[in-house]
Amino acid sequence: MREVAVLGIGQTKVEEQWDKSLRELAGDAALAALQDAGVGRVDAVYTGNMMSGSANFQQHLGSYIADWIGMRFAEGLRLEAACSSGSAAFRTGVLAVASGAVDTALTVAVEKMTDSPANEITAELATAADAEWEGDQGLSFVALNALVMRRYMHEYGWQHADFMPFTLNAHANGAHNPYARFQKAISEKAYLNAPVVCDPINVMDASPMGDGAAAVLLVPAEALRRLPGARVITVLASSGATDTIAVHNRRHGPFLQAAYLSAQQAYRQARLTPDDIDFFELHDAFTIMAALSLEASGFAERGQAPRLALDGEIRPTGRIPIATLGGLKARGHPVGATGMYQIVEVIRQLRGEAGGAQIDGARIGMTQNIGGSGSNILTHILGCS
Amino acid sequence: MEIPRHWRIKKQRYALVGEVCPHCDAKIFPPRDVCPECGGEAKTPFAFTGRGEIYSYTVMNDAPAGYQESTPYTVALVKLQEGPMVTAQLTDLGSQPVEIGMPVEMVTRRIRSDGDERGMLVYGYKFRPVMQA
Ligand SMILES: [Zn+2]
Repeated sequence: MREVAVLGIGQTKVEEQWDKSLRELAGDAALAALQDAGVGRVDAVYTGNMMSGSANFQQHLGSYIADWIGMRFAEGLRLEAACSSGSAAFRTGVLAVASGAVDTALTVAVEKMTDSPANEITAELATAADAEWEGDQGLSFVALNALVMRRYMHEYGWQHADFMPFTLNAHANGAHNPYARFQKAISEKAYLNAPVVCDPINVMDASPMGDGAAAVLLVPAEALRRLPGARVITVLASSGATDTIAVHNRRHGPFLQAAYLSAQQAYRQARLTPDDIDFFELHDAFTIMAALSLEASGFAERGQAPRLALDGEIRPTGRIPIATLGGLKARGHPVGATGMYQIVEVIRQLRGEAGGAQIDGARIGMTQNIGGSGSNILTHILGCS
Repeated sequence: MEIPRHWRIKKQRYALVGEVCPHCDAKIFPPRDVCPECGGEAKTPFAFTGRGEIYSYTVMNDAPAGYQESTPYTVALVKLQEGPMVTAQLTDLGSQPVEIGMPVEMVTRRIRSDGDERGMLVYGYKFRPVMQA
């Protein structure tokens, strides 16, 4: 397998982009990545997206996006893994370049959510769960996460307020990210008094939806290493694992077994341990998922991630900074695009381009993207040499 | 939504009919024909008693399309006596507070209504607190 490097990145701001269509969003991010890379043609375009069929009445994004950005005749595929779709597109590009099958892969991920009314989007998001045995019972995606969070609090004795540091940290960091949906720190009062969505999850535990797209251009690392003095950012690990589609079939209690397996595999590939990771862009769709991701990836003992957060270790100066550019909570969660935003944010940190959110000495960054309520988890580690 | 999608799982919806594995005796719900414990083929029908306890719960205040007439409603993970866990709505709660560990039993209720008076009505299992004698 060839070593794979990043040549360019692009992203749009996450927000309600009423004047932009699905393909215009994807195009903005893709063309920004091509311009950043200084590349005119690519061999393949891999597009990540969760729900264009129901939300935008458009499928076949493999051709649709390649055509729109002027790459007709390139290979074009669409990847779907619910909220992990963005990472799935990125991983496909990594595998294609690593294998030698293609030399330039443009990976782009997009979600256009505001073309659907809110209650339809709620039903569409629930399709990431088991439609027959979870969705048909009248549960939303938030409800499934609330079931996990309540059980977690019951087993480990945490109170709702103990999850507050995840939200405060994300918003404080998002204040420095011009692409974030919310660029303002929030107060403890705002967290504690937020309206309940599905008890114990309140509005401030949950990440906001939004329209957005992000893109990364991948090439073989050897091509870049020949250039003198170039800082090369490479993909050190790419791994995925699944668990049962339905929460009720899980066997490990409130623990993300697929995240554990995918993180372990990523550490093995990169020959690293959690101690080597400088910062971690995790999938804080809900505060409980941030906690579970930290535990499954070896940064906290089972049931102890809220302690890590309460001790300040998740902040930019802590042991393992998370959501360094706002995370899903403040940057926003354009579902199928989120995984690509995480990768783009790691690259911005490794390039030293994160502005006021810059982590000192960021050399190795990790992402973890959670599809469904823990059923499809992709982990990536990137490093800079 | 199409009627056959609901019609073909009526035994599960109305009577909690799952499967039992002939190899390792694991009880399986919903049925899946492949035992999640040992990987063997498991097609022997098994009717669950419908008794269990609350493993976790929450309340739906904003419902997905098709479920809005009954908000707010409580949903739960119910651990069945025979082992498997099932996702379902709770009903007949009265003023009783819901708690983890609370014993519940299955009943049949309307789950979903589609659109106008000609829309489909979907019935299925919900769980209610076990009446203490
Ligand atoms: Zn078996």
